[in-house]
Amino acid sequence: MTKKLSIYIFLFLVYSSHGQQIAKSTYETVLLKNATVHTITNGTMNATDVLIRDGMIADIGSNLTSPAGAKIVDCTDHHIYPGFIDGGTTLALSEVGSVSLTNDYNEIGDLIPHMDALTAVNPNAVAIPVTRVNGVTSVIVHPMGGLFPGTASLIDLTGYTPNQMDAGFRAVVMNFPASGKRGRWDRRSEEDIKKEQEKATKKIDKIWEELTLYHKIDSASTGQSKSSMKYQPEMDALLPVVRGKIPLMINVNKDKDIESALAWIEKKGIKAILCGVSEGYKVADKIAKAGIPVVTGPVLSTPGREEDKYDIAYRNAGIMAQAGVKVALRTNDSENVRNLPFNAGFAATYGMGIEEALKSITINPAEIFGVADKYGSIEKGKVANLFVATGDPFEMKTNITHLFIKGWTIPIESRHTLLYNEFLNRSPGLND
Amino acid sequence: MKNIILLFIFSFTLATILPAQIEKGDVLIKNGTVITITDGVKENSDVLIRDGIIRRIGKNISVEGIHTIDATGQFVMPGIIDAHSHIGIDVVNEGTDPNTSDVFVGDAINPFAISIYRALAGGVTASHAMHGSANAVGGQCETIKHRFGSIDPEDMKMAGAPRTIKFALGENPMRVHGEGRRIVPRTRMGVEQIFREGFAKAQDYMAEWDRYNTDPDGAKEPPKFDMKMETMADILRGEIIIHCHSYRADEILMLLDVLEDYGVSKICFQHVNEGFKVAPELAAFGASASVFADWWAYKFEVYYSTAYNAAILTRNNVVTSINSDSGELIRHLYHEAAKTQRYGDLSDNEALRLITLNPAIQLGIDDRVGSLEIGKDGDIAIFSKHPLSIYAVPQVTIVDGVVRFDINGDTEDMRMDVDPEAKISTFVDHSYSEEDRCMQGLFEFFIDRK
Repeated sequence: MTKKLSIYIFLFLVYSSHGQQIAKSTYETVLLKNATVHTITNGTMNATDVLIRDGMIADIGSNLTSPAGAKIVDCTDHHIYPGFIDGGTTLALSEVGSVSLTNDYNEIGDLIPHMDALTAVNPNAVAIPVTRVNGVTSVIVHPMGGLFPGTASLIDLTGYTPNQMDAGFRAVVMNFPASGKRGRWDRRSEEDIKKEQEKATKKIDKIWEELTLYHKIDSASTGQSKSSMKYQPEMDALLPVVRGKIPLMINVNKDKDIESALAWIEKKGIKAILCGVSEGYKVADKIAKAGIPVVTGPVLSTPGREEDKYDIAYRNAGIMAQAGVKVALRTNDSENVRNLPFNAGFAATYGMGIEEALKSITINPAEIFGVADKYGSIEKGKVANLFVATGDPFEMKTNITHLFIKGWTIPIESRHTLLYNEFLNRSPGLND
Repeated sequence: MKNIILLFIFSFTLATILPAQIEKGDVLIKNGTVITITDGVKENSDVLIRDGIIRRIGKNISVEGIHTIDATGQFVMPGIIDAHSHIGIDVVNEGTDPNTSDVFVGDAINPFAISIYRALAGGVTASHAMHGSANAVGGQCETIKHRFGSIDPEDMKMAGAPRTIKFALGENPMRVHGEGRRIVPRTRMGVEQIFREGFAKAQDYMAEWDRYNTDPDGAKEPPKFDMKMETMADILRGEIIIHCHSYRADEILMLLDVLEDYGVSKICFQHVNEGFKVAPELAAFGASASVFADWWAYKFEVYYSTAYNAAILTRNNVVTSINSDSGELIRHLYHEAAKTQRYGDLSDNEALRLITLNPAIQLGIDDRVGSLEIGKDGDIAIFSKHPLSIYAVPQVTIVDGVVRFDINGDTEDMRMDVDPEAKISTFVDHSYSEEDRCMQGLFEFFIDRK
């Protein structure tokens, strides 16, 4: 009997302690009661209820009546924020950084805008739950590499297929020809860098010439059979850009390059988003004047030049916002996109202010990505991407207690929490 | 900037005339919230440093004619210590042999590195300048103080700090030697044997010298001097603290077994992402752990990681620190330590110990730094708000009583080695992810093989 019992206990321990699978999400009507609601677009509301139904924010107000069968969550002394949006990541495109066969963000080729990041999103990436439990509910996944490395997508961090995760925004990524070093290990001479930049610029001009022609032919042949057109997927992928239907996300960092990019955008008359923009603070007025939005970051990075002030990377986003640029943030990370709120916190501390920093990871990216009707704030009728926290989500001491993405109640679990639960008091321990 | 160049020329002239002398200062910090680490938090208190040493901590200390810092409303804590860094050195890896215990990071110190100033601007006063992880037995490391403004590499060294050496397990030595050079180690089995061979040969070497020293006349000539064997012998004698780059639980246990077989006890595991799995074993051995706050998944051996590592280790009584291993992270270690409050609910003092007293213990310098106590070095960081808050901004950083960073004295360009004829733009684009990768998992590997 004892033997049998101990076997049961053993089996229980094996199953309970080695089940490294997080719990399933649930889809139900939830009434969040008596919270401080940080709406972003409509100020902060005290002692307010939020009703989540059918994946949407169904109602906001004080003393809402609970619909039958709704789950009620007492949020007294708790805070509700809209889910955070990261404007540039390789989350779910890469599983293990140094294992190249698990990296799906860098296809071969210079002109490959048809490479579609959404195709390679792994809905079961271990980093997804790790990310969202810090309040990040949507991210841009972007390809990286050559001049036009592919098409980026906005995804929600829940779903079993890429299509279920698709949040309805796409943009072609472009790496603007750079006149700076590509990193500490870049040993090219100034002359070589300049030559390469000129070569890349020429190449882009040529691509655009071809694209303009392709666009004219395609427009002229609308409604007709396209069989006369040769298969040119890269041109097809760029058509919506030249037609102004989707933007180009242009990675550019150095001051002079940003100016060149602004001039180029104006000349081409296309919709564009500047990304990276690490020296945006030097040309902030020009970016503001051009009215081009910016996705900048990581905030937590070293200054671009040895002679720069030590905190310029912290200040960059705030300086641009101050100048009137619409600024969103990105981590440009893969497994540690969870640090987005802390990047925003540093930006807030170094000149941006808390309110503007919150906007830079909620309503601003939603507006920049054209999804502000559904995302980026706590408003009736928007998608229920939101979380409940014990306090200020920029502070590390704060814990996130409840999380909702597209109305799904997401467990506050990840591999990291499961390992914590299993190993905090390991059993068997040392002498068991 | 002109002033800096003049100062540079002046100090260079001085340095060539005078024998090197570490600058020590006098300073009185008034009316701050003093976080001592070892004796609680003292509101509205003062700290007096004279000749580089903390002389008094208390209320209403007044001294005539001393440089006084008003810390009203601010937080005064011990200078932050980074137990794993590669800033302020010219090279990282001597990746030419699985055992390079004969080389010294101390021979490659670069006092001009701007990364030292940036670390100071994050409240970091001392760091462990480490050899890389290319070899199972790497070179000997150097504990440095961030005396930015000194131009003599010797001035950076923390005189009297115990010797330390870098060991490395797992993928890095396997890649560099097994995959890259087709020699042992290509596996974790091979890594173990590098240590066993090193220690066993050192035992023979010691015995040979013992025989010769007890009876010099009995031998024809003295045994051949071997720098590697000298170092390995000093590890066996307990004169060097091992700091071992490690990730997986199995390899950590392997090294504990090897050390037990050879009677070596001074060991700090570095990175040690799976330390949480063997926390009871680490605690029982008396091994310490220096971890990242949240880095993971940058290579396969850190795929099964948890950001709760530091908390689990702390709760299992392992002396734990949070390190940077990065010129970026070192600038906000206070923020990295604070992450243990989200990931594991550590108390304020527990979290701050991870970047002060605990790394000091791991480097064997806790009798001199790591807490605010009378008699300890005057190494101090002052923050605008509680250092574990995201809204805290480092204000002043003091090393040996000398103000090395002051947010009000920070000018646009703090470099000390400006080449007036340089034409090449210094802009480096940090957004290329390949660089991030090097900085993380392959940082040392790439420096070695670029």
